[in-house]
Amino acid sequence: MSVLEVVPKYPREKQVMINVNGDEAVAYALKQSYVDVVAAYPITPQTIIVEKFSEYVANGEVHTEFVAVESEHSAMSACVGAAAAGARAFTATSSQGLALMVEILYIASGMRLPIVMAVVNRALSAPINIHNDHSDAYLMRDSGWVMLFTENVQETYDTTIQAFKIAEHPEVQLPVSVHLDGFFLSHTLENIYALPDEAVYEFLGGARKLVKTKVDYFAEEVDYALDPGRPLSLGPLALYDYYFEMKIPQIKAMEYSEKVIKEVNEEWYKLTGRKYGNGLVDPYKLEDAEIVIVAMGSSAGTIRSVVKKYREKGVRAGLLRIRSFRPFPRKDVKELLENANVVAVLDKGIGPGSFGALYLDVVSTLYTSKSRPLIVNYIYGLGGRDLQPVHVAQIIDKLLEDLKRGYIPEEERLRFIGVRSS
Amino acid sequence: MGELKSWKELPLGAITFRLSTDVKTGDWRALRPVIDQNKCTKCLLCWLFCPEMAILWGGSKVQVNYDYCKGCGICAHECPVKAISMVPEYEGEAL
Repeated sequence: MSVLEVVPKYPREKQVMINVNGDEAVAYALKQSYVDVVAAYPITPQTIIVEKFSEYVANGEVHTEFVAVESEHSAMSACVGAAAAGARAFTATSSQGLALMVEILYIASGMRLPIVMAVVNRALSAPINIHNDHSDAYLMRDSGWVMLFTENVQETYDTTIQAFKIAEHPEVQLPVSVHLDGFFLSHTLENIYALPDEAVYEFLGGARKLVKTKVDYFAEEVDYALDPGRPLSLGPLALYDYYFEMKIPQIKAMEYSEKVIKEVNEEWYKLTGRKYGNGLVDPYKLEDAEIVIVAMGSSAGTIRSVVKKYREKGVRAGLLRIRSFRPFPRKDVKELLENANVVAVLDKGIGPGSFGALYLDVVSTLYTSKSRPLIVNYIYGLGGRDLQPVHVAQIIDKLLEDLKRGYIPEEERLRFIGVRSS
Repeated sequence: MGELKSWKELPLGAITFRLSTDVKTGDWRALRPVIDQNKCTKCLLCWLFCPEMAILWGGSKVQVNYDYCKGCGICAHECPVKAISMVPEYEGEAL
């Protein structure tokens, strides 16, 4: 970590060092975030979050109402109900559980409910696999959730708390998912710095604050929440005459959230001394980079260390870690990548018949840049396959060949790394 | 489309701009429940089971709110004394 530009309000000596895995870090962050309702169903590798948090509930350490539901579809439905009634609501899931939730994910965002969810990324069946890739996250890509990917356990803790602040911002009012890689982060112990409880309470401004809205049939603006004394119907029928209009504010709010994610990142920096790039993207040695790898999640650490070694050998390599997958930071990505010569986008998931989702976003972002870099898609790590430093080195060596050749052969736009193919 | 609102004029989230009671769902009905008041024992099971809250009970006689009754027939199915019959809408008396 570089030298701090500001003296944080809570420097390290005023924080507590705890030894936790990624799931426990989420639970600890939740304990401090004054959550009113947690509704969840256990699924590997998310289980520890809910398990640990239910201990806090049983011990009376939190005021939270814990709802043990019968499925993930119900978990998200309970969160929708709780959030619609004005509660700060949370859930966590993985893989098949997320797949079962999908129907309600769209309802949560469409109703503009600031629910926070930890998604412990795991491969989708079949075959059944409990290990990490991003296929479950890609499944929810278009559901209207703000999606933040974390690199290590410290960032997972930090981002979970930040997520409530982003979701509940009056101009955002959207659900936020915090993504941590299954096992790589969820089950890996790390010493992290946690804030004292009162600092988190202060950062979030206490309990959730409701926003006001104007509804035709009430004279005054009303709280956007269910109240039997002042009935509102959230989410009923809007057909071809109004559905389209009702979607536009949701799209605008998602775009606005870029600004809020950046502000919250800065505010966190002033509070704790930690920040992650500008909140949306976390660049590494991009200033003069000819070769850039773009990736999300825990693999960024491995890639960074290999990039560093290549830099020592004189190769102008760099890494762009995407922290905010939705909203996709088009402006930052374009500015940071348009001077590169070759870009490799690493996806831990693929749309068979197309490319990885991150690749599609990067390509479409760079299409309008002046000097379009060569861009190639690497699919890696499906079903928890480890991305080893040697794989990253193979990628960089290959990119150096691409750089020399000056073009990417059409049949090589989609490459696979770390799979047995002979 | 001049009288319709733009997206800037709508309330937050998915609140509809009209009250749900403005939508007279009784228009959808194909079969109409008709209550035989002589048979009715006022047990109010129909009132309890009606998913549309379209059974009216003011303390004297059980009636149907035909503005919102969609004609699902649950009331007729649940009535223990068979006091409710489902009559095709086009054969029933004018409302």
